[in-house]
Amino acid sequence: MRAPEPAFFELRNVRCAFGGLVAVDDLSFALEQNSIVALIGPNGAGKSTVFNLITGIYRATSGTVSFGGRSLAKLGTHQIAALGIARTFQNIRLFAFMSALDNVMTGRHARMQASLADSLLHTPRQRREERRVRERARELLRFVGLERSAGDDAHNLSYGSQRRLEIARALASSPTLLLLDEPAAGMNPREKDDLIALVERIRASGVTIVLVEHDMKLVMGLCERVTVLDQGRKIAEGTPAHVRADPRVIEAYLGASDP
Amino acid sequence: MDVFLQQVVNGLSLGAIYALIALGYTMVYGVVELINFAHGDVYTLGSFFSLAILAALGVSGELHGAALLGVVVVTVLAAMLLCGIVGVLIERLAYRRLRNAPRLAPLITAIGMSFILENVMQLWRGPSPVPFPPVIPNPGVTLGGVTVTTKEGLAIVLALGLMVALQLFIANSKLGKAMRATAQDREAAQLMGINVNTTIAATFLIGSALAGAAGFVSGVYYGTTWFFNGFQAGLKAFTAAVLGGIGNIAGAMLGGFSIGLIEAIATQYIPAGAQWSNVVVFSVLVLVLIFRPSGLLGEALPDKV
Amino acid sequence: MKGRKPVRALRLGLLAAVLLVVPFADHNNAHVDFLANAGAFVLLALGLNIVVGFAGLLDLGYAAFFAIGSYSYAIFASQQFGLHVPFWIMLFVAAAIAALFGILLGAPTLRLRGDYLAIVTLGFGEIVPQTFLNLAQYTNGPNGIGSLDQPSLFGRPFGFSATPYYYVVLGLIALGIVAARNLQHSRLGRAWMAIREDELAARHMGINATTAKLSAFALGAAFSGVAGVAYAAKLDLVSPDQFGFNVSVLILSMLVLGGMGNVAGVIVGSLVLSFVNSFLLPQASNIAHTAGFTYLDFTNYRFMLYGVILVGMMLLRPAGLLPSAKRRAELEAALTDPALAAHEQTEYEGAHAR
Ligand SMILES: Nc1ncnc2c1ncn2[C@@H]1O[C@H](COP(=O)(O)OP(=O)(O)OP(=O)(O)O)[C@@H](O)[C@H]1O
Ligand SMILES: [Mg+2]
Repeated sequence: MRAPEPAFFELRNVRCAFGGLVAVDDLSFALEQNSIVALIGPNGAGKSTVFNLITGIYRATSGTVSFGGRSLAKLGTHQIAALGIARTFQNIRLFAFMSALDNVMTGRHARMQASLADSLLHTPRQRREERRVRERARELLRFVGLERSAGDDAHNLSYGSQRRLEIARALASSPTLLLLDEPAAGMNPREKDDLIALVERIRASGVTIVLVEHDMKLVMGLCERVTVLDQGRKIAEGTPAHVRADPRVIEAYLGASDP
Repeated sequence: MDVFLQQVVNGLSLGAIYALIALGYTMVYGVVELINFAHGDVYTLGSFFSLAILAALGVSGELHGAALLGVVVVTVLAAMLLCGIVGVLIERLAYRRLRNAPRLAPLITAIGMSFILENVMQLWRGPSPVPFPPVIPNPGVTLGGVTVTTKEGLAIVLALGLMVALQLFIANSKLGKAMRATAQDREAAQLMGINVNTTIAATFLIGSALAGAAGFVSGVYYGTTWFFNGFQAGLKAFTAAVLGGIGNIAGAMLGGFSIGLIEAIATQYIPAGAQWSNVVVFSVLVLVLIFRPSGLLGEALPDKV
Repeated sequence: MKGRKPVRALRLGLLAAVLLVVPFADHNNAHVDFLANAGAFVLLALGLNIVVGFAGLLDLGYAAFFAIGSYSYAIFASQQFGLHVPFWIMLFVAAAIAALFGILLGAPTLRLRGDYLAIVTLGFGEIVPQTFLNLAQYTNGPNGIGSLDQPSLFGRPFGFSATPYYYVVLGLIALGIVAARNLQHSRLGRAWMAIREDELAARHMGINATTAKLSAFALGAAFSGVAGVAYAAKLDLVSPDQFGFNVSVLILSMLVLGGMGNVAGVIVGSLVLSFVNSFLLPQASNIAHTAGFTYLDFTNYRFMLYGVILVGMMLLRPAGLLPSAKRRAELEAALTDPALAAHEQTEYEGAHAR
């Protein structure tokens, strides 16, 4: 008998409480490699908390989070990032006073080799690596359509550009799992269309994507599967069409916000 | 045993002073998240104001009965008022503009303020310690080998009284509620119609006034004052605030008394303890920050991301 | 673009030439002496700039590492214990010892949020000189340790002229500048700045914030250790009162005056303050004295000056006299732009979470 292949990524019976408030309650789901799934739910449902649990910002009160069969419970955020999980933030968290290029180069940190001595002495090895990483960072800026802004400080970019820069920065570490927290928030319809195309291209490059998003059109257009949270609990899961028809979802989510 | 109990009494009276100062740190930190580095110097200023007031009242020696009570009340209130005004001025002139600056900017400014205040006091009363008139008669009560002097009693009673008053004020008054709301979420408080500037100014006023009272108490207690006193006392009081749980009023009192006790007992029982008492207090600070950064009475929750 | 490099090289060469001939051109030993001392403070400022300017960690006890460097030299190169390790080796040894203490202090405390860290470092800065004072049987307590070994080069001792120290310090500063600039434009330097901007986001980039901050602390301390050796050897004496909080604040004022995070600015800031301290204030007092104001001694108000610099610069020119364009934008924008203020706020909250 062969042991079953571990899931690419799995959350099992995860619970997370802040004092008396249970933000995530007995949540389980698994991801297949190279899939694209959405995590939706009304405000305060616990979606961002799930991301924070995955990247080690919050710790699960109980339950396990595993990536490639490996538990993330004992790992720090930087170690989880180094395993290949990258994310963007609901309220943009760029390095505001660093250039767009430096932001993306910083995103490469985990995959760089330069030691303290290399950094101090600018060894030939270090120079070669810097050149390579800078080149790659420029490519990524081009990929998200920001090649003209490479030298601009992040805080000077438009809102939509900042969202795309965050994606480029996340991609710089060559992640296998990408968590996008409301990437379309604050975007106009044209920017949203560009975003859909961008996410599809990222997915085509082999990255698994979890998308938290309130814009249902975007979710329905992009995702194969949808998981719905309400008050920390999973209330539905399945294809977009299936979820959309679920009366509990309609009551909890679609009914609550825009019909 | 008697020696130990005596040190407890000493520690409590010392702690009363630290607790009064710690309240200012904790209130200001609770509301604007700034370690008001100049706060220790406002406390020293309180002792110099007290000196000036006593001189103005023509008091230079022991007083008794109603005269004593009257002089103490007038001096404490005047010192509190003057220090409160200084605190408000500092906030208005130096900190308010930096409320939204990177976090280190107001802290660096506060350090600068501390240096300025110390030098002003040095200019005013010179670089050497200044004697404080022995207003309060010394005999105290002796209970089974432990002596509580009148000035120790004054320190403890005054501190406890002010703290109870503060607790009641914060719990019940409109301004107290505004303070709590501003501490929790400044923007939400503003949206709810609270005047944040006034609230913050009031916080500085009250915190600095309490430091002023502590300044008077310390002058009476030590019989001397010095322009540089505020540096160490301030650090100890800050340690007390952190120990109790920063932002927590009851915690500041608990922390203040604890630090006083730790200092008194370390001085007695560690060989050459007086030399090392600062080291002991800082070690407490470091240990608390590492193992229980939310303090004794604070609640630890991760910040929202 | 292309023509810029030779021009820069030319300017640098000219500056180097001027600095090298100063002791020959200016026969006033007091001036060279001043420059050598000021140079030690340039080194200190360069080191503190790594910690405060690059990594954004407010270290209020930086003078402690200066003390550790100085006392290392006094202990390993004097009659005190009969040890006579050569000056040149001590530069490395003291750098290593100071860095070690930087790590020892940093390891337990660097997870604290910025303002708490500042107070803890302040406590450390108080404890270190107090310890040297209290351990009188080894350090002679308040009297300090004197008659330190004279450095020598190729068998020739430095003697009592400031000139050889001037050259030593000049060389060390040159190395320090190269090191600081290299760090600034490297993987580690970017990690520091990322932590300064948003620690939580930085950790999501795979940056180990703890080790990155520790390396800032250690490198900053190493600068201080080296400066301590040079300073102690030149002064021929170390005593616990040379390293108090005042000294830490003096160095911080140099940074704030010149512009935190900006190597050139920091050098200018430290030279200006050293000049004010050593020439301007004594001169002003002299003038006042000859004019009959005998009670006026401006040197007593040095600390007032530091206070005014810290408050005034933070309020009026937060990025320093000679700011790098970037830091200026950052510091000044935050004064006026509420959106950025909000950014700072979340940044802080993130740094607090674990
Ligand atoms: N650090 C924290 N401390 C206390 N409560 C928290 C914390 N983080 C999240 N919460 C609470 O957990 C619940 C879930 O929050 P979360 O941010 O995950 O919601 P969300 O689904 O992302 O909502 P939104 O769509 O508004 O972004 C909320 O009630 C929130 O207030
Ligand atoms: Mg969310």
